[in-house]
Amino acid sequence: MEKQRADLSWEEKREERFKRWLSPTNIKFASPEAEKKYKTRATRMIKAIKMEIPDRVPVHIPSGSIVAYNAGLTLEEVQYNYEKIKPAWIKFLQDYDQDSASGPGFFSGKVYEILDYKVYKWPGHGLPSNQTMHQFVEKEYMKADEYDLFMKDPFDFGLRYFLPRSWGVFEPFANVPSFSSYQGLPQRLMAMCQDPTFQKSFKAIWKASQENTKFQKVEAECSQISLEMGFPPLMGGIALAPFDTVADMLRGTHGSVMDMYRQPEKLLEALEVITQESLESAVNMANASRSPMVFIPMHKGDDVFMSLKQFEKFYWPTLRKLLLGLINEGIVPMMVIDGSYNTRLEIIRDLPRASVVWTFEQTDMFKAKEILGDSACIAGNVLAAQLYTHTPQAIKEYCRELIEVCAPGGGYILSLGSGIDKCDPANLQAIIEAAKEYGVYN
Amino acid sequence: MSGDFANLLADLKEDEVLKLTKERIESGEDPMKILEDSREGMGIVGKRFADGEYFLPELVFSGELLKQVTELVKPHLTQAVETKRLGTIVLGTVAGDIHDIGLNIVDFMLDVNGFEVHNLGVDVPKEKFVDKVKETKAPIVGLSGFLTPAFDAMKETVEAMEKAGLRKDIKIMIGGGQMDDEVKKYAGADAFGKDAMAAVALAKQWVGAS
Repeated sequence: MEKQRADLSWEEKREERFKRWLSPTNIKFASPEAEKKYKTRATRMIKAIKMEIPDRVPVHIPSGSIVAYNAGLTLEEVQYNYEKIKPAWIKFLQDYDQDSASGPGFFSGKVYEILDYKVYKWPGHGLPSNQTMHQFVEKEYMKADEYDLFMKDPFDFGLRYFLPRSWGVFEPFANVPSFSSYQGLPQRLMAMCQDPTFQKSFKAIWKASQENTKFQKVEAECSQISLEMGFPPLMGGIALAPFDTVADMLRGTHGSVMDMYRQPEKLLEALEVITQESLESAVNMANASRSPMVFIPMHKGDDVFMSLKQFEKFYWPTLRKLLLGLINEGIVPMMVIDGSYNTRLEIIRDLPRASVVWTFEQTDMFKAKEILGDSACIAGNVLAAQLYTHTPQAIKEYCRELIEVCAPGGGYILSLGSGIDKCDPANLQAIIEAAKEYGVYN
Repeated sequence: MSGDFANLLADLKEDEVLKLTKERIESGEDPMKILEDSREGMGIVGKRFADGEYFLPELVFSGELLKQVTELVKPHLTQAVETKRLGTIVLGTVAGDIHDIGLNIVDFMLDVNGFEVHNLGVDVPKEKFVDKVKETKAPIVGLSGFLTPAFDAMKETVEAMEKAGLRKDIKIMIGGGQMDDEVKKYAGADAFGKDAMAAVALAKQWVGAS
């Protein structure tokens, strides 16, 4: 008899997800070669994650703006003219023989414009057309005295406080009473629908959803194409470290620092609430995805953003809890850490062996291998600055050094330390060549 | 007593610092003295940061304390604050980049360390840097940027200085997110500073005050 799912160990649950990743259903591969490549690539990734020895070091180039610029387009063009996305995505897949690829990674400029999204600025909307990336507008989207409100009812807080401040179209929700009590709920909902300001919002949401359908169709086609061409998808979901949810989004850097000093207990309490919510949401995403990976971009816990003591108090405990929750569901958390983690490496070892992937940007990779080498798969760290300023020869040489130090014993993925917007395509080719030339295990 | 004040500020004791500020104002003490002590306290903060004892949260929080003290003191100032300045610096986040956290920390650390800072804010067109340098005759320019697009914007800003005939008279430092020595070379700047205290050290070195 098969074991109940609840009785499975995390490794067994993960094997189920790996199996699904390795043999995706309802896919008609473009060719037998594409299918073979898919299996080879997925096997290579899985072995690296499990810290076993693959045939060679897997290589990954994250998508995003580079998909547009690689095709001679701009970010503004693709975010407003979706028909340009698919050809650019196919070109990206054809150009770079890497071991996983999920999707182009854009959002629709039109949809965000209709909804009046205030948290991003992007080319064509608050940034000049020549800008290659969107940028984040930090604000105190949650006020210093709103922790209790947030913790008491995160949904209510989201609907009536956070959304109205971050999306213009949801502004009318700031002026309605809570929907949390069922008594009189139908009446309250009707009253809301009768209100002219809401009718205006509903029209905009309707219009945005129509536009979003067009955009999502392109997205879905692109994901399908990468599978058919033999690329295992990488991103099965996304989560933030609980502290980053506060420091990036709810309170901003400044607000979160004030709270570390003025109301540390409230901050810590909220981090616990966020941990549970983030875990649930990330597991749902991964369950709906073909990939077992959950991507966790990490920002404000790095070597300079806080002291080691602050990291151990505010950042690591709830991040660890989130990671363990994901691991226990058989999901593989893949962190991408901005900045450097040289002083945190000993601390982040404290997880089950071979359960996560750490992607480093400015962290000393040699040190990372030395300290994490027997506990987790590491990835990185060709820098955006190198891709901008170096020659392909120099990039290839740097990758050779990375491979020499990080690859022995398995548990290494050659990749960038961050996203890349644009660069000489030859520099990206140099990374792939290096993996193929220097990354073969004997 | 003034030593205590500087230490309380450096130790980030918010309540005590504000209480003492009010007491000193009420006792009729020269408000300039309070500002001087604050500056001394910020000097200690900077030193602790450089020594690896303090990190970004302490810089941000001490900046907040300084702001509050200054607000309390301001209404009692009878004369314009005249501090001897080590030099003038034009500072800003380059065109297309809207990040300001690092920029503002560098701004106030340079300020409390005795520099006259002209902070042009974020998304600053190269022409604006050129105009401000001409206007202020500042010998130092600080370019801030967080993301990769800033690499080119920095390069273009440096080239604009060159074109305006200003380059030979100024020193340019860069800093922020993904900047490093490679980007410094790429942009044609004179130095890369990894943090706010590095910016202070560079500025002092360039005006011969270190």
